[in-house]
Amino acid sequence: MIKTFVTYPLQFIVFVLFQVLILNNIQLGGTINPYLYILFILWLPIEWNKALVLGISFLLGLSIDVFTDTMGMHASACVFLGFVRPYLLNLLAPRDGYELNVSPTAGGLGWSWFLQYATICVFLHHSFLFFVEVFRFSEFFDTLGRALASNIFSLVMIILVQVFSSNSEDRR
Amino acid sequence: MRNLITFIRKYSFFFLFVGMEALAFYLILKNNHFQGSSFLNSTNKVAGGIYTKYSDLTEYVNLKEVNDDLSNENRLLRENQLGSFVRVFGENIIVKDTIYKRKYLYTKAKVINNSTHRQNNYLTLSIGFNNGVQNGMGVIGPSGVVGVVKDVSANYSSVVSVLHRESKISVKLKKSAYFGSMQWDGEDYRLTGLKDIPNHVFLTEGDTVVTSGYSSIFPEGLPTALIKTFEAPEGENFYKIQMQLLNDFRQLTYVYVVNNNTSMEVKNLESGRENAND
Repeated sequence: MIKTFVTYPLQFIVFVLFQVLILNNIQLGGTINPYLYILFILWLPIEWNKALVLGISFLLGLSIDVFTDTMGMHASACVFLGFVRPYLLNLLAPRDGYELNVSPTAGGLGWSWFLQYATICVFLHHSFLFFVEVFRFSEFFDTLGRALASNIFSLVMIILVQVFSSNSEDRR
Repeated sequence: MRNLITFIRKYSFFFLFVGMEALAFYLILKNNHFQGSSFLNSTNKVAGGIYTKYSDLTEYVNLKEVNDDLSNENRLLRENQLGSFVRVFGENIIVKDTIYKRKYLYTKAKVINNSTHRQNNYLTLSIGFNNGVQNGMGVIGPSGVVGVVKDVSANYSSVVSVLHRESKISVKLKKSAYFGSMQWDGEDYRLTGLKDIPNHVFLTEGDTVVTSGYSSIFPEGLPTALIKTFEAPEGENFYKIQMQLLNDFRQLTYVYVVNNNTSMEVKNLESGRENAND
């Protein structure tokens, strides 16, 4: 109960601030920027209502948009991720389904599962985001290339954060 | 009717998704209009406040570059001061008349948020309409054009950077006064493109490009970029030019908002002309 009403809002704020104040100032090669904040959506409990997750995704994207003056861009990409996530979770489910209250993290479902899950989510989110950003398909491979480059960078960040957080989970 | 309701029920999650995407795209399209203000951007109280706090914290990191820029500007101003000129011959008479009238006013502003890595970049400034900033005003940096004000709130304003794919700034060659438009291609934050220069014009690398003053947003003759490379594609009448921006957009800290006292007059005149053409 406490976890739901305190930890998640707190995590939400931390992810947004960390993204807009620190990560948005990191740019490799001029255009490659990591988007770590979607890890918040990835970590949401599996059994939560799909519609609720969709709403939270929208809010998360919108918060990032407010800070970066990219109205609607991150919101649309996050809503897309929130929409795809339940289907992806079904697809990646273990043969006998998820255990009750298992969290979609490396600690909860193992590294190989988490890597698959994160890679697909990041890829879908980033591709959507970068194509919405240019708003045209005319430079398809150029845009896809930039999306993939950011992809790798984000994924590395997500894995790093996951390593540190699962260490602290173990200690608890 | 009942079938419709069961249909909507069955696919409610999908409809919710479509609805939210529609809302998001509505916001995107609304934001793409160049002018117009909205509450949901970095000029609002919360986002602006957080950015101010953060830039107060990190300001000292750029102090060296800021000091460099300031002393350069001071040098330029000092050079143009009356005291640096010596009378060569004859007697000068000062005539006070009404030939000169102030046209441009500058307001100092601090950049509290900036980006260079996106396709469409924006800056947030620490001043808003309480300080006299209005939509459509120009913003210049220590060396050249930075952008145009897009949204203004009481204490903050949001600026469409030169590094925005839809931003077009009217510029001209300093040497020959041919004018063209400066447009970014979304690749490198140090480079920008120059369009509409006819290919019979003589160019050399390193030519200075200055503002044209046609837009009535920026004062005329403000050095903004240097020509880096140019080529004349066959079968076209215009050069393809790459320019090096003089401002380092990564390190912008203090900028000036340009207030043109005559911009309303020019705008009224030009809109009257368009109406007459209809």
